[in-house]
Amino acid sequence: MLTRLAEELPQFLGYYNVMLLLKAALITLALSAVGCSLGLMIGFFIAMVRVTRAKLLVPVRAACIAYVEFFRRIPFLVTLMVVFFVYQVVGRNTTVFTVALTAVCLIATSYTAEIVRSGLESVNVKQWEAAETMNLNLLQTLWWVILPQAWKVILPPAFSFFILFIKDTALASQIGVVELTYAGKVLNNKGFSAVLVFGCVLLLYFIISYPLARFGVWMEKNLGVSKTGKR
Amino acid sequence: MQYTLQFGQVFPYLPYLIGGAWISLQVAFLAFSGGMAIGLLGAMGKTFGGRFTRGAVGAYVSFFTNTPQLVQIYFLFFALPEAGILLSSYEAVLIGMTLNAGAYLTEIQRAGFISVHRSELEAAETMGMSLFQSVWYVIMPHVVKVLFPPLSNLYIIMTLGTSMAAIFGLEELTGRAFNVNAITFRSIEIFSLTAGLYFLVTVAASLTLTLLGRWLFRVKAKVF
Amino acid sequence: MAYLRLENVEAAYGSVNVLNGIDLDVEKGEVVSLIGPSGSGKSTLLRVLVGLNKPLAGRVLLEGQPIDYGSRKSLRAARDHFAIVFQQYNLFQNMTVLKNVTIAPVKIKKWDARQVEKDAVALLEKVGLGDKIKSYPDELSGGQQQRVAIARALALRPDILLLDEVTSALDPELVTEVLDTIRLLSKEGRTMIIVSHEMAFVKEIADKVVFMDQGKIVESGSPEEVMDRPSTDRAREFMAKILRH
Repeated sequence: MLTRLAEELPQFLGYYNVMLLLKAALITLALSAVGCSLGLMIGFFIAMVRVTRAKLLVPVRAACIAYVEFFRRIPFLVTLMVVFFVYQVVGRNTTVFTVALTAVCLIATSYTAEIVRSGLESVNVKQWEAAETMNLNLLQTLWWVILPQAWKVILPPAFSFFILFIKDTALASQIGVVELTYAGKVLNNKGFSAVLVFGCVLLLYFIISYPLARFGVWMEKNLGVSKTGKR
Repeated sequence: MQYTLQFGQVFPYLPYLIGGAWISLQVAFLAFSGGMAIGLLGAMGKTFGGRFTRGAVGAYVSFFTNTPQLVQIYFLFFALPEAGILLSSYEAVLIGMTLNAGAYLTEIQRAGFISVHRSELEAAETMGMSLFQSVWYVIMPHVVKVLFPPLSNLYIIMTLGTSMAAIFGLEELTGRAFNVNAITFRSIEIFSLTAGLYFLVTVAASLTLTLLGRWLFRVKAKVF
Repeated sequence: MAYLRLENVEAAYGSVNVLNGIDLDVEKGEVVSLIGPSGSGKSTLLRVLVGLNKPLAGRVLLEGQPIDYGSRKSLRAARDHFAIVFQQYNLFQNMTVLKNVTIAPVKIKKWDARQVEKDAVALLEKVGLGDKIKSYPDELSGGQQQRVAIARALALRPDILLLDEVTSALDPELVTEVLDTIRLLSKEGRTMIIVSHEMAFVKEIADKVVFMDQGKIVESGSPEEVMDRPSTDRAREFMAKILRH
């Protein structure tokens, strides 16, 4: 086996293959980054809707809660499939990347909505009360008082979710998105040793994920809000 | 839109799908158990071991937590045969999930080890407890309380993670959904139904675990 | 007609009835102190005035006009007359001391920013924190934070200042500086309602002392009447316990 590896290596590291893998790695990263960023924005919005108390918005809030609770409890593969087939029906010619991105976005939104909600709740309720007695309305309170304090509690888990999702993007290979796992299958089908190919793919995932994870840990330490709220 | 939803065609397959859900739970359970065993060894190794052991465990954990479970299973299924080891789909999935779980469980159990404050052990010692008694009366209850939430959480994640076994032909819930899809072609209905089933299974599992935790271990947790 | 009047006000905190029929008059310039055991509803009374709790029954009248707790407009208008300082976590942690004091006057009342800032600095100097205007709350001691909170309340130019056990959460050494600040304000003719356990202080600055128990006003009168010569048993019990400290 090792001899085979040694034989194949030079051919494996040819220009086309390396470019394929690198482009695929970029797609992997993009899928998670863009999907999670969009998810964060929409999740933010959902969390803020959940904070309102207007009676008119009760059905909207109920829908938000249902959405958040539902999408967190479904496997990514299944979500991907549903989105894929819905696009097929609604379908103009959407790329598989868009399909996958939509699925990532749907799931990221539900997770980040929870993360943002936790972050908002972490701010002492007295801050809300003090703002209320000064006649600040909901948006003003959120913008000037709550969010500036809550973001430190929101960012680390949101970032760590993004890193986590990089691994889930591997499933997008199933609908044909040319991300890292798909690239691996392509190269394996071309005849290269699976050990070489998938070993390499695993290594690339590691190279993408590990530094980001370390950065996440550093960020958490430095944004650390201690229990007394002091810096 | 030229597509009308016809759930009627799909409902007859419900028992078949539920059977698949049961298999998903079993696979998750087996992988979780195996992972707990690995995790215990790993946590002990990392807490009490020498430099080499710590490094090895650290590398194992780093590797499995920074790479996708799907690709890990691909490696086991496609790459190992080149070294002469042939695994069936079921074996590859199970081993892959177990190894993956083991890495996460190592970290979780390690956190449990660390959470036992020295002061608790000292208090136990001054009260005259033997090592075994310290472990049984002081360490275990504390660790179980601390670890119960992350462990339950991981179990739920793993149950959802079993869905990728479908890619290898395993007939757990998602796999069976693919089968039904091949027969009826009512894709949106089937996968929506499957999503619904995963939701129910997850909620049921969460509920069971939370109640178990409350009654057996007096863990305070929200039910939903 | 009294400046502020509560007529048979009932209110709950959560699911528990905490105010069971409160009748209270406060005149302009009066310093009223609410005393009584924990849970007697003193804080809730202040919270009702400032709109954080809605009365279940009864009315609150400001200069003869009842406050409509159902209408946001009416509530906001009523709030303009009050300013409250809480026991804890008053200040906005993410803003400097100066910003804390100026934000509401500038952004909500829409007063001229430059004038507001000048007034804010003057107020902060008045409470003895002129050198801390650029500091953040977590850099200040509890006593300093409470003094900023008082300055912030004053910056809103309230007709009535409400102080809810503002020294109860402070270390003993820090209590004096806050009490000194309040004493200063009382001498200026401010209308204040103070909830406090600092009995000697209450006796010194209050014009009227109100003893509350279980959501009702048990006794009300001058400090000497209520604290030295209580006429009800309940008040007598309470005073005896307090004095024993």
